[in-house]
Amino acid sequence: MDLSFSKEEQAFQDEVQAFLATALPADIAARVASGQGATRDDMERWHGILHTKGWLGGTWPTKHGGAGWGPIQLHIFEEESALANAPRILPFGLKMLAPVLMEFGSPEQQAEYLPRILDGRDWWCQGYSEPGAGSDLASLKTRADRATDGHADGHADGGPDGGAGSDGDEYGDHYIVNGQKTWTTLGQYANRIFCLVRTRFDGKPQAGISFLLIDLDTPGIEMRPIRLIEGGYEVNEVFFTDVRVPVSNLVGDENEGWSIAKFLLGHERTNIAGTGFSVQALEQVKALARQVKRGGKPLIQNPLFAARLAQTEAELEAMKITNLRMLSKAATGGQLGGEPSMLKIKGTVIRQSLNDLARRALGPAAAPFPSEDLDNLAIAPPGHGHNAAGYFNNRKISIYGGSNEIQRNILAKGMLRR
Amino acid sequence: MNFEITDDRRMLAETLQRFLADTYPFEHRTAVAYDAPFHDPAKWAELADLGIFYALVTEEQGGMGGRGFDIVTLFEELGRALCPEPILGQLLAASLLNAPEPLMDGTRYALAVSELDAPYDPDDITTTADERDGWRLTGRKTVVYGAPAAEVLLVAAKGPDQVLSLFRVAAKDAEIIGYAMIDGGPAGEVFLEDTPAKLVTKDAGPALQNALDLGALALCAEALGAMEVVQATLIDYLSTRKQFGQPIGAFQVLQHRTIDLAIEIEQARSIVILAASAEGGSEFPKRAAQAKHLVGKIARQVSEEVIQMHGGIGLTWEYPLSHYAKRLVMIDHQLGDTDHHLERLMDGL
Ligand SMILES: Cc1cc2nc3c(=O)[nH]c(=O)nc-3n(C[C@H](O)[C@H](O)[C@H](O)COP(=O)(O)OP(=O)(O)OC[C@H]3O[C@@H](n4cnc5c(N)ncnc54)[C@H](O)[C@@H]3O)c2cc1C
Repeated sequence: MDLSFSKEEQAFQDEVQAFLATALPADIAARVASGQGATRDDMERWHGILHTKGWLGGTWPTKHGGAGWGPIQLHIFEEESALANAPRILPFGLKMLAPVLMEFGSPEQQAEYLPRILDGRDWWCQGYSEPGAGSDLASLKTRADRATDGHADGHADGGPDGGAGSDGDEYGDHYIVNGQKTWTTLGQYANRIFCLVRTRFDGKPQAGISFLLIDLDTPGIEMRPIRLIEGGYEVNEVFFTDVRVPVSNLVGDENEGWSIAKFLLGHERTNIAGTGFSVQALEQVKALARQVKRGGKPLIQNPLFAARLAQTEAELEAMKITNLRMLSKAATGGQLGGEPSMLKIKGTVIRQSLNDLARRALGPAAAPFPSEDLDNLAIAPPGHGHNAAGYFNNRKISIYGGSNEIQRNILAKGMLRR
Repeated sequence: MNFEITDDRRMLAETLQRFLADTYPFEHRTAVAYDAPFHDPAKWAELADLGIFYALVTEEQGGMGGRGFDIVTLFEELGRALCPEPILGQLLAASLLNAPEPLMDGTRYALAVSELDAPYDPDDITTTADERDGWRLTGRKTVVYGAPAAEVLLVAAKGPDQVLSLFRVAAKDAEIIGYAMIDGGPAGEVFLEDTPAKLVTKDAGPALQNALDLGALALCAEALGAMEVVQATLIDYLSTRKQFGQPIGAFQVLQHRTIDLAIEIEQARSIVILAASAEGGSEFPKRAAQAKHLVGKIARQVSEEVIQMHGGIGLTWEYPLSHYAKRLVMIDHQLGDTDHHLERLMDGL
């Protein structure tokens, strides 16, 4: 057994480190490190820098303008990026939609959208969840009815089990979309949304879902912000009222949307454990615990706190190896089973414990509601004024992307015989 | 044995509950808790008129309460309503002052102990007191609860020979920078530079520790009230939210976890009762530390679990539960966290 990277992989790691050391703007890294988070402009700037380098579509095939990385290279890039406090690459266009278009999209769709994702002309958001369809995504209700001009046949007369698509020769040239999506991350900056919509109302719910690309400038769309627990805005509700979408925006076949969503779930889950984020968070907590005091001594010398820290570190070291074992399997063409679900659960729990320690370490200094006015008061050591906010916000990571309960259900289904 | 609360205390609880339910609806709470002065002075005056502050002061001192169960009754209601009024400062002052009349009438007090390098233990503070035409204090106090609302500050400082003493400072004589806490309500930084002060108690260590223990008890009771609300909210949500064609409460894993929380909340209630009954006796410091240690742990568990079992909705500002969840975690940052109190207990073994 050999736990180290190959010579080529090590060379790549060096290259990534050298690149990050010079190319990542210091102001962006500072905002990421402080937990305040990258701004819209930061994300766009960083995407631009990576695009120029040719690394934005790291795992994209070269024919689509990508770097053609395998899972290990992607892992190295993502780890090093997290350690350097680079903003994470926004997944919606680059890692979710792009692979779907490459697999299911028409040549026209690929030619139109892939370059726009890479050069930043399009900012995509993900429209899957609905108020009534969270964990049970297949119960989604947003509907897309085929219509010809001046005649929205499905919507007007179709009941819940009537509707468009049932009637082959009535196909129109566009869809009329009605319904609501929610939890749409960074929708406020997006110009396009990819949606799962219902196009058939009989049969199994999974069998009536289609994958639709929608321009957010289309009349009839309203985006409303949702404020999160710590006070920030990163998610939205999106309302669709008689929104006209060309049929050419359908990806794959009508009613094939569920297979597409499942394909996506199985795709690029290497960073699901977020080990880079955790390693970085651990280092920050250690540094913080050397700065702040309890009983006149640095907190890191406090046995109770040190125990919590050391336990979390041991967990993290184990998970890094679990993660590499999965990567190595994926890189050699092995079929992944429950590993991604396990890593999602363990990875989120470890990240959340580190957020907990970062908040806890501050003592009373964690209490102020973060604001720029307070930064110069230095109540918390520099870069730690958002620790409590970050802790609360990161409760999301065990909920979204398939909650940890749903991941356990998936694992149980795979491992337990009934 | 009798675990019923007395009629007087039940009446106090009911009066406060009704007042808060009628006049402090949740939207009002979130509106005032995050904007200067981070509470509602008009409501504060009404609370004074209701005689609520008399319940913080013992009969010997001219009040009508001040004992363990008075404190618990009052703060449990405040927790239930997630009330941002800085009543904790009033309680701490009530136990430290010899003449608490103004306090009962509503003059606002805040207790300033914590410093940047002395978050929880008063022995570690470095603010100094010098006697030069009266007393003068110099130092910085951090995250002082209620500071921006206070008219009078009680300040812990070290006088000649490093003796920990307690002083009174008029709020207008200090530089106070106020802000909201992440879970709402007022706190502030207090800067003292040769600030005139009056001596309240020399060698105040034991009195201060007793006040902090009463405060810890109050915070535990507040957490208890808040936990009851989130528990009820969770149980309700489990039966109304449907996924996969059934209420999510039909999933056994969520049932078990809800029951685990219920068990922990009973534990929290019991340790609070034990600590309240020990108030005034020699075991009180230990009981208060046990309560704050356990409740700190339990409140965080409850907070994290109720959010998780709600899914996304539990993370939204619009949904009151998220604010309760924040309070439940942040209570552990006030007057000593779960580890701080565990260390006290370890030292006493
Ligand atoms: C910050 C944030 C960002 C998000 N971004 C996006 C986005 O960009 N696009 C998008 O489409 N969606 C997004 N989501 C939505 C996210 O995917 C959902 O929140 C998630 O699927 C859970 O759904 P829900 O919130 O409706 O919870 P529910 O499904 O109602 O679940 C409530 C609770 O019940 C549990 N539960 C449900 N079913 C079962 C079961 N069968 N067995 C055991 N337990 C169960 C859940 O685990 C959870 O604890 C985001 C969510 C958040 C919080």
